[in-house]
Amino acid sequence: MAREGEEEEVVLLSFWSSPFALRAKIALAEKGVRHEIREENLSDKSHLLLRMNPVHKKIPVLIHNGKPVCESSLIVQYIDEVWNQESPLLPSDPYERAQVRFWVDLVDKKVYMAARTVWFIKGEHEDGAKEELMEVLKLLESELGEKAYFGGDRLGYLDVSFFPYYLSIHQLENTVESRLGGEMEANLPKLEGWMKRCMLRESVSSVLPDLNKLSDYIRQLRKKRLDEQA
Amino acid sequence: MAREEEVVLLSFWSSPFALRARIALAEKGVRHEIREENLSDKSHLLLRMNPVHKKIPVLIHNGKPVCESSLIVQYIDEVWNQGSPLLPSDPYERAQARFWVDLVDKKVYLAAQRVWFIKGGPEDGAKEELMEVFKLLETELGAKAYFGGDRFGYLDLSFFPYYLSIHQLETAESMLGGEMDAKLPKLEGWMKRCMLRESVSSVLPDLDKLRDHFQQVRKKRLDEQA
Repeated sequence: MAREGEEEEVVLLSFWSSPFALRAKIALAEKGVRHEIREENLSDKSHLLLRMNPVHKKIPVLIHNGKPVCESSLIVQYIDEVWNQESPLLPSDPYERAQVRFWVDLVDKKVYMAARTVWFIKGEHEDGAKEELMEVLKLLESELGEKAYFGGDRLGYLDVSFFPYYLSIHQLENTVESRLGGEMEANLPKLEGWMKRCMLRESVSSVLPDLNKLSDYIRQLRKKRLDEQA
Repeated sequence: MAREEEVVLLSFWSSPFALRARIALAEKGVRHEIREENLSDKSHLLLRMNPVHKKIPVLIHNGKPVCESSLIVQYIDEVWNQGSPLLPSDPYERAQARFWVDLVDKKVYLAAQRVWFIKGGPEDGAKEELMEVFKLLETELGAKAYFGGDRFGYLDLSFFPYYLSIHQLETAESMLGGEMDAKLPKLEGWMKRCMLRESVSSVLPDLDKLRDHFQQVRKKRLDEQA
């Protein structure tokens, strides 16, 4: 805690289906931080959101004692640094820390856009995106190796950051439309095991959206996006 | 650090990303070796040290690689941590500094590429986008000497190489209509102030050479898209 005995006010501006918001929720749960979730209507953003994130106007935004922190990976790092007396998410060694940040950076740069292209964009770029996505996922499969989590025995920064993407891709592949040819289970057995292991953790299971509801939502969103490009 | 440290930076002379790392090393007084890469014929070392992206800069510290310029700078700050920190010590201020660097990384580079290197780029809103981000930074700087206050910090050294490059691009081919001096007086002053710092002036590439280089790259890129 930053200040002993003082009342902490922690609010997370969120959206139920957002993998970015899920990162922040898992981090808050791992640390046992008391907080309030405010669900945003993304077609009618609140004054608070626009005031707290005027540059990007996006969720999640963490508001700590009235002061906003934006960008999910920065929110997770902030949570780790402020509520630092237990469950460290980032390694204490600077080199290990740089490695973990590297992987999260890679995931942010490659996974999101490739997955979007594979499922939400019509056109000739589709096949390249599938290869790119599988390539990054295989890198992460190697990086996980024999560990229970990327963080070792416990959830770490990379677990918290990557799990929401992997879950979304899982939902897309298995319940919306199989675009990776069912390769996930066969080619990524470690990641599949890791995903299930993450879902058993209290900090994850307690904040997961309803998976059927998530699938329906993604399916509708996909239909809408593809129709717009007809 | 008491022990023998081996610090190597795989670099390219015109890269703003490499310049970030070089300024950070100079700020901290870290003894290091620069290895200039040929980007059309990348060394085995680079490919081995950065197999995922195959890009410079790469910092190799006692044989172990750190990739991605903003991560390299944070690593340098965390390892060589005696003396002035580059990042703020307060977690909230640190999150703010990282936010602005993240914004700069997401917006400035691509918008600048579109303005100068992509046909149709300037016409499709890239100029407006770039100026919008600069104006945000102009406001963020405000009356301060540096983004870090009195001290040159993470955001200063992360943004300076971009701003310098864009300055040179604008000199090579004016695409922002000379708006920079008039509309961004604080950033212009800040840029000059940064250039007076030893850690910056000692590592700056030759500015005329940089401008000529950008001119050539621009011509080549536009010809390829003819």
